[in-house]
Amino acid sequence: MGSGRLYAAVAAGGFRRYATYRAATVAGVFTNTVFGVILVYTYLALWDEKPHLGGYDQAQAVTYVWLGQCLYATLAIQGGGAEKDLMERIRTGEIAVDLYRPADLQLWWLAGDVGRALFQMLGRGVVPFVFGAVFFPMALPTEAGRWAAFVVTLLLATLVSFAIRYLAALSVFWLMDGMGVNQVLMVTGIFFSGMVLPLNAFPGVFGEIVRVLPWAAQIQMPADVLMGETDPLGAFVFQAAWAVVLLGAGRLMQSAATRRVVVQGG
Amino acid sequence: MWVRSSMTYRASFVVTVFGNLTVTGLDFVGILLMFSQVDSLGGWSLPEVAFLYGLSVTSFGIADLALGSMDVLGARMRDGSFDTLLVRPAPVLAQVGADRFALRRLGRITQGAVVLGWALASVDVDWSAAKVLLVPVMVVSGAAIFSAVFVAGAAFQIYAQDAAEVQNAFTYGGTTLLQYPPSVFGKELVRGVTFMLPLAFVNWVPAAHVLGRPYPIGLPGWAAFASPLVAVACCVLAGLAWRTGLRSYRSTGS
Repeated sequence: MGSGRLYAAVAAGGFRRYATYRAATVAGVFTNTVFGVILVYTYLALWDEKPHLGGYDQAQAVTYVWLGQCLYATLAIQGGGAEKDLMERIRTGEIAVDLYRPADLQLWWLAGDVGRALFQMLGRGVVPFVFGAVFFPMALPTEAGRWAAFVVTLLLATLVSFAIRYLAALSVFWLMDGMGVNQVLMVTGIFFSGMVLPLNAFPGVFGEIVRVLPWAAQIQMPADVLMGETDPLGAFVFQAAWAVVLLGAGRLMQSAATRRVVVQGG
Repeated sequence: MWVRSSMTYRASFVVTVFGNLTVTGLDFVGILLMFSQVDSLGGWSLPEVAFLYGLSVTSFGIADLALGSMDVLGARMRDGSFDTLLVRPAPVLAQVGADRFALRRLGRITQGAVVLGWALASVDVDWSAAKVLLVPVMVVSGAAIFSAVFVAGAAFQIYAQDAAEVQNAFTYGGTTLLQYPPSVFGKELVRGVTFMLPLAFVNWVPAAHVLGRPYPIGLPGWAAFASPLVAVACCVLAGLAWRTGLRSYRSTGS
């Protein structure tokens, strides 16, 4: 059980680290709220034009917007979570120290990222969501079961989100610099997670493809479970499958990198 | 120096430029996706929305190229390296602008200009000399207004120290807002963006004139030509705020 306590401590460290920057958190809440308001208005105009787009009514579209703002920092949709530090450590060569630690590299960074996500959720996500619920009509469930299922999808979404970013970070072992990868993370994250438009509303074959990609596990699935648009069990299976595949790929890539790594000196 | 440093990792630079083009292009892809489902948004057609989008993004891109590094300011104040800029014999604002100057930001301007070009070719407008002249005036005044927002945000950071994101709400939030027709938003919001933070003069007001639409809160017709004046006023105010902020700056001492 000793190692369990270690990762709990790393997670707590991740939480505390982000909790330190209070002004930044308040600023983030403000930004997410402003963007939420802009998006809500555009969505309302869109749903005015075409009611039931993507199977949502207006209240559901509004709920989707505020959920997106709530999860934006939590799931590091555009990057900027643990993977950013990991890339920096690989670039500078400090990763060598991490590899000597008597802890699993992937679990170590996962624990830190979970702590970060939890803080971002509580510190930064909840307020815009509540603001949205107070000032705009939302479609929130009343039964506890659905909220419980929603919490499970959030946990699984956190895993998938980390798994994607961990893979991206490890690529720096070969690329040497993370700037380009960060951009790719940002593009794919914002677009395929459905920050631009709910994935349900993507048209045609393109929409069908987008809805089976791992990014769909991040906002679309939790939203659909919360609003009762999909069967929770199906959502869990979808998310868990992607988590297993991506975390497994991360593990393979990690052993490939550490086996023949050339640590950058400095 | 910052240009050369970004060229060191060539593969990464190429990916970055490409990525930057795509990141900024994504908003427009989002708009295209919306229009794949509907014929108009808030009563505006796709070419009309593209016109707003192109103007907003091009203006913002120019301001961002010159002053987009303002959000590094908070970090520089926290770690104390801002003091270095103060003792150098060059204007602080120019130094902050050049800090982490990134050529990849050209991606945004390019992308905005392409959309604007397409919009100009596709909107159904009865062009007059005044309307033609108004387009470049909008881009330049818009860039000046956004620059003023960047500088005012930087001045605010001197007080707030750790709140770069508040600035993002106004800069990135502002440009996102202006990409959609004013008819989409609530009256209060439109009024706020016209009179409090006059972002509406970047494109909404003059573009309404070009496209022959009445401005939603009933501004007089000449308001369409007021953008340059608004831009000058914004720059003066932002400059004053910056100087006041600079004078009250206290180093963290680290």
